[in-house]
Amino acid sequence: MPTTKVYVPRETTAVSVGAHEVALGIERHAQATGESVQIIRNGSWGASWLEPLVEVEVGGTRIAYGNVAPADVPTLFESGFLQGGEHPRRLGPTQGIPYLANQDRWSFLRCGAIDPGSVEDFKDHKGFTGFEKALAEGPEFVLEAVLKSGLRGRGGAAFPTGIKWRTVADAESDQKYITCNADEGDSGTFSDRILMEGDPMSLFEGMAIAGYAVGATKGYIYLRSEYPITYRILLEALDEVRDAGWLGRDIRGSGFDFDIDVHLGAGAYICGEETAMLESLEGKRGMIRYKPPLPAHEGLFGKPTVVNNVVTLASVPDIVNLGGEVYADYGVDQSKGTLAFQLAGNIKRGGLVEKAFGVTLRELIEDWGGGTASGRPVRAVQVGGPLGAYLTADQLDIPMDYEAFTAIGAIVGHGGIVVFDDTVDMAVQARFAMEFCAIESCGKCTPCRIGAVRGVEVIDRIVAGEDRELNLDLLAELCDTMEDASLCAMGGMTPFPVRSAVEHFPEDFGAGAGEERIHE
Amino acid sequence: MTAIPYSKDVASTIIAGHGARPEMLVQMLHEFIHHFEWIPEEAIRQLADELNLSRADVHGVVSFYHDFRTTPPGKRVIRICQAEACQAMGSAELVNHAESVLGMKMHESSEELTLEPVYCLGNCACSPSIMVDGDIFGRIDRQRFDEIVARREQRY
Repeated sequence: MPTTKVYVPRETTAVSVGAHEVALGIERHAQATGESVQIIRNGSWGASWLEPLVEVEVGGTRIAYGNVAPADVPTLFESGFLQGGEHPRRLGPTQGIPYLANQDRWSFLRCGAIDPGSVEDFKDHKGFTGFEKALAEGPEFVLEAVLKSGLRGRGGAAFPTGIKWRTVADAESDQKYITCNADEGDSGTFSDRILMEGDPMSLFEGMAIAGYAVGATKGYIYLRSEYPITYRILLEALDEVRDAGWLGRDIRGSGFDFDIDVHLGAGAYICGEETAMLESLEGKRGMIRYKPPLPAHEGLFGKPTVVNNVVTLASVPDIVNLGGEVYADYGVDQSKGTLAFQLAGNIKRGGLVEKAFGVTLRELIEDWGGGTASGRPVRAVQVGGPLGAYLTADQLDIPMDYEAFTAIGAIVGHGGIVVFDDTVDMAVQARFAMEFCAIESCGKCTPCRIGAVRGVEVIDRIVAGEDRELNLDLLAELCDTMEDASLCAMGGMTPFPVRSAVEHFPEDFGAGAGEERIHE
Repeated sequence: MTAIPYSKDVASTIIAGHGARPEMLVQMLHEFIHHFEWIPEEAIRQLADELNLSRADVHGVVSFYHDFRTTPPGKRVIRICQAEACQAMGSAELVNHAESVLGMKMHESSEELTLEPVYCLGNCACSPSIMVDGDIFGRIDRQRFDEIVARREQRY
């Protein structure tokens, strides 16, 4: 009897809703019935709302079965799912699922498709071809390609990657470093995780290319500790890649040395700020550093350091491979390429949608997301994590574009989109923004450390109707101070969600008829 | 995982495993937590001695990070995500439910159980989420919460 390949994701979201139990159930059932199956623990395609998404390979096509529960396993076997048989859970070919079919996959091309622990599978899907081309063409070629691509940092700050790499390449030093910021702490974001769990080797490839381009031999991945499955997958994949000779000394006879260590964060949100991350990588408290000097000049252990987000680095191999111009063909204006948007919170079809910039927020929330999970109207949408502004249901036609968002006092950030229905109390959300800042502030600068605490108190007084006008003025002033005088984005951008909540939803802050006050 | 009481020998082995390099302190503390579940005062002294750091330096690092608890946790640790995506899906109601069925408040700890918040598990498309003894569970409603807690109870 031929062996049938069955894919069951080993990705955090799939596992969090029963993928391990489903995999075990399929294995046991196959043993009992004498059917031969090979279970591959792939990553997620990103359609999180369909997890656990089980696939069966039939005649070279993968047939998907969505939301499979352990209790479905017996009936799946009875319906002949190993031959692609009909079943209420059957969705048809994976490639035909509209949610996935209508995306612009660049960085997430292999996610879901491959076995994340297999170098062979990675190579069969054009893995390491970008690295090979880089080694053949030289560092200057890589730097030019990345610059031409218009790629900007996907962690949230959107700094042009090519300029950062050029700065590090031009710096004179006996040692340089590539650091990958995998401290994906923003609520509503999980694209780094999906990439690392589904296609970890593309990240290693991107880091190796970065190292080659700037003259660094050592890379670090700083991974948040809330991602235990990711940690295991990264370590296993690193072993495989080293064994295959794609990391280590004299890689593939090129004379280029490069290796990667994975370091765990320890539950501090601020360590997603690049200088705090560097401090943490040095084994210290995650206190942010003054800038300048920039990490590109004096970064890890005082050496020139590239700090890039996971998706940024994983976008590079194909930019080198296909040319920066091809990447720059996607997107709009200054927002070139694609972004992996993440639909989260109160949304019917949550998951990852990689699209060229320019897609509207409404298209993402309605066409992909299907509206709210509760079925109630959308009232507020927070884009870009806890430091991102809240938008209203009237603002959804805005295109996803860094500059368009900046123009309305909002951010695209890391592409996280958290949807709230009409039961949300925006004063509670504004208070939380301040409270979160107070909990997670590193404490180095006063506007953030003290301002956040005072912010919570002032919002409490406003909601209690205590000197409302006066306290709204005070809150506006406090927000200005935090924005202008904080050392980093934690204190500097906490005012974004607060101001937007006060401005767009004054009724939640006790504004009565005829006395609405909107603060600039 | 079963925790072991603090052991100077195990601690020394961990420190030596990282070449006794101070820049590995955060990673060493993770291994301490893995073995001992918490960081007692004697661990801070030993780390300071063996890494040639001041106790204040080590204490500063331990106290900075949420992961490095300095009191023993309960046998089970339940963390409920309280960040925005989970808020949008009723994490506040979930906390109320958890507090009432478990008979304890958030941030409280007993020999049996520790209940605490966590700010984002990266499982935001299937909110609300919880973490029980290091395992993440998504799409949590009251019923599923009760089932997961009951299943875990049987393990102890």
